[in-house]
Amino acid sequence: MTDPSTHTIWGSAEISRALTRMAHEILESNGGTSGLLLLGIPTRGVPLARRLARIMADTEGGAVPVGELDITMYRDDLRNNPTRRVGRTVVPTPIDGRTVVLVDDVLYSGRTIAAAFDALRDLGRPKAVRLAVLVDRGHRELPIRADYVGKDLPTSTSEKVRVRLTELDGSDEVAVQREEAR
Amino acid sequence: MSSLLITGATLADGTHADLAVVDGLFVDPAEAPQGATRIDADGLLALPGLVDSHTHLREPGREDAETIASGTLAAARGGYTCVHAMANTDPVTDTAEAAEFVADLGRRQGHCEVRPVGAITKGLAGEELAELGLMAKSSAGVRVFSDDGRCVSDPLLMRRALTYVLPFDGVIAQHNQDARLAGPGACAHESELSGRLGLGGWPAVAESIIVARDVQLAELCKSRLHVCHVSTAESVEVIRWAKKRGIRVTAEATPHHLLLDTSLLEHYDTTFKVNPPLRTNEHIEAVREALADGTIDMVGTDHAPHAPQDKDHPFDVALPGMLGLEQALGVVMDVMINTGRMDWATLVQRMSVAPAAYGRVASQGRPIAVGEPANLVLVDPSARGVVDRAQGASIAKNNPYHGRNLPDPVIATVWAGRVTYQRGT
Amino acid sequence: MKGLLSAADLNAHEIESILDVAEEMHTIQQRPVKKLPALRGRTIVNLFFEDSTRTRTSFEIAGKWLSADTINVSAKGSSVSKGESMRDTMMTLDSMGVDAFVIRHSSSGAVAQAASWVKAQCINAGDGQHEHPTQALLDAFAMRQHFRTLGEGGSFAGKRIAIVGDLLHSRVVRSNVLLQRTLGGKVTLVAPPTLLPMGVDTWGCEVSSDFDAVLDEADIVMMLRVQRERMSGGFFPTAREYAASYGLTEERFARLSPTVGICHPGPMNRGVEISSAAADAINSLVLDQVSAGVAVRMSVLYHLLGGADEEGQL
Repeated sequence: MTDPSTHTIWGSAEISRALTRMAHEILESNGGTSGLLLLGIPTRGVPLARRLARIMADTEGGAVPVGELDITMYRDDLRNNPTRRVGRTVVPTPIDGRTVVLVDDVLYSGRTIAAAFDALRDLGRPKAVRLAVLVDRGHRELPIRADYVGKDLPTSTSEKVRVRLTELDGSDEVAVQREEAR
Repeated sequence: MSSLLITGATLADGTHADLAVVDGLFVDPAEAPQGATRIDADGLLALPGLVDSHTHLREPGREDAETIASGTLAAARGGYTCVHAMANTDPVTDTAEAAEFVADLGRRQGHCEVRPVGAITKGLAGEELAELGLMAKSSAGVRVFSDDGRCVSDPLLMRRALTYVLPFDGVIAQHNQDARLAGPGACAHESELSGRLGLGGWPAVAESIIVARDVQLAELCKSRLHVCHVSTAESVEVIRWAKKRGIRVTAEATPHHLLLDTSLLEHYDTTFKVNPPLRTNEHIEAVREALADGTIDMVGTDHAPHAPQDKDHPFDVALPGMLGLEQALGVVMDVMINTGRMDWATLVQRMSVAPAAYGRVASQGRPIAVGEPANLVLVDPSARGVVDRAQGASIAKNNPYHGRNLPDPVIATVWAGRVTYQRGT
Repeated sequence: MKGLLSAADLNAHEIESILDVAEEMHTIQQRPVKKLPALRGRTIVNLFFEDSTRTRTSFEIAGKWLSADTINVSAKGSSVSKGESMRDTMMTLDSMGVDAFVIRHSSSGAVAQAASWVKAQCINAGDGQHEHPTQALLDAFAMRQHFRTLGEGGSFAGKRIAIVGDLLHSRVVRSNVLLQRTLGGKVTLVAPPTLLPMGVDTWGCEVSSDFDAVLDEADIVMMLRVQRERMSGGFFPTAREYAASYGLTEERFARLSPTVGICHPGPMNRGVEISSAAADAINSLVLDQVSAGVAVRMSVLYHLLGGADEEGQL
């Protein structure tokens, strides 16, 4: 059943095209895959990071290391919610001297990324940190900006942006959901 | 002295009567003076004043937990006109002077008669006999001797004590606890629950083994033995056997061992820590049956006030003991009368006549009849209420019945012609 | 749910969540910066009425690695001797604004009592002969890792766990039995009858005094410390006789398949309940248990204190 309050923005083809473009932009600004480390932020940042890495490997040859960076314990709103489930942190290679590309699905307030900076600091000292997001929906609360963006999607704060990925959700989709008036 | 006229009371045998009191004695109602205080006892039972065989008043020494004044007020509110004040005070009641101190204070400040119990051994140490004869001869006229709280473990010393008190008709009241089987860490009835909670087990046999030993010593010495706070089915069997043999043994049961069971320890509430410990239902049932058939002669409250600073500790460290005076009659009513196991005349035997005879208290446990000392309690058999520990007269508030709905029967208590408690006043 | 008083407080889902997060915490031990900010601003008081360097230290490290302010209070014998009740001690500390107490006490039930007196959450770090839930959790953690190294999924269902030793005085055994009952492990208790708790037949596990028979069936053998002073209590005649019947001797160890995990909550009495050959064997999980201690306690602290005050839950 279609939910009238949900509006699909992108399907599988658009997501794939955007990721391909982003992968190329990363390669271009980095001058290849050398020294790159992609860290996906759970949950949906992880499959996105893997896809980006695969595209880069297909383009350049040679594997790009991909890891997972869970930022749950670094959140600044832990005390406002019930105890959150903790995700995994997997860093396949030391981050010191690497160019770390943080990958997430939606960039909104920027607080998740700020937490990710804190998490990175506890892991070591990267050469540089970049940010890649599939959707930038605006409404930043911190001075944070993405280096690679799949789509700028102006939204109102009463809307929700929902990203579905085949690996986790069975299909690819970016949708905007209007909060029902109560 | 004041005079009383109590009208329309029902006696334990079911007959109705007006009762008049002048100068501390019952008189013919026709002789009641004009100005006598009237109490309407229509629908109320008039029973002889209750006598407690086993009370801890804590004075001298722990007046922050209970005093003779506060403890006897609790007694009066529970329908008691006499209590036996146990010897484990500080200093211990192990001399004539100590016994007279308690008796005198009772006379001056008490709301009921206070009969001091003397220690069996000096300082309750279980080693040398206390001055039993001098306590008996003193103005306190001690007849009951007990190291209660501690067991006289040495069988030879127990034999000597039983023998020594013969000339003055004393009775040795034993706290039955084998010190090895139920040692210092024993604080919960040994059962599945104690094992699960990790609490030191206090096995039932640690009681009955001492009872079995002592009844045989009493037989040997032809002396009087009293078994304090019977809590197990095995002890009941031993006492039954001893009585059949004609051994001079009496026994008491506490209200808490008649009503409360060990499952109350589930949450480590130290209010329910008592020695001997609360048992399981099979033991409770045996104690009830024994009280009904007379194997257990009397109810003794083992009223044991403790200050919060002695109770607010881990379970194995907290002091054992619980209050009992104010709720004793209500508990016995609910367990024995309201279940049809006992009639009122038998209750009078168990809660007044037998404990008075045990302590050789001439003025107590007497019939309600012209010429007798005016000790009585007026009882409303239908009144009930939820117990609130804050409302108790005792200074300490370790009331195990807090929050329970129990009979709340005592309307008035009269001790030696004096109204010591009247509801609503 | 508030605090952690008993292993029985936890359902299977909660246990798994604790073990899963503990696995994440375990990786922190390998990091250069061993610090997570999750409990910043939280105050945890380690209140030890009984000495235990091992448990106290691992709780302290766990709290510190999660950025909590951790304070150690050794309250051994203090209150009773000063005339202060345990309730006073607890309420005094509670009024200072503590978020959680980690309590060790020599009296059974003392932590449950403490929890009834304070607003802060209370974690049972061992109470008398009653329970030690975090020990059972870290035992389960080490066992699960062991099952995984054998190429299994890490499920406890149907696993046979023998717990051998002084069960009467052990808080570890009660928590382990409760936890394994929830996880589906099959526990067999082995001890001389003098060292069996009252009512052990109602605990839902097998009870045996034939260690050799049990040994052939076990997936995990957990040896518990037997204190030498129990001899004078008449629980068994000599250490030699005890070891012969109930010890994991070299002979018994030699019969054991290397796939059987050997646990011991420590401290070990080598030569009494466990031979050195067994304690130091490749399939000994003793050091894994110790190293799991910090991670499991981090996970417990995070589950209890990582969210909003009212919502702290496992």
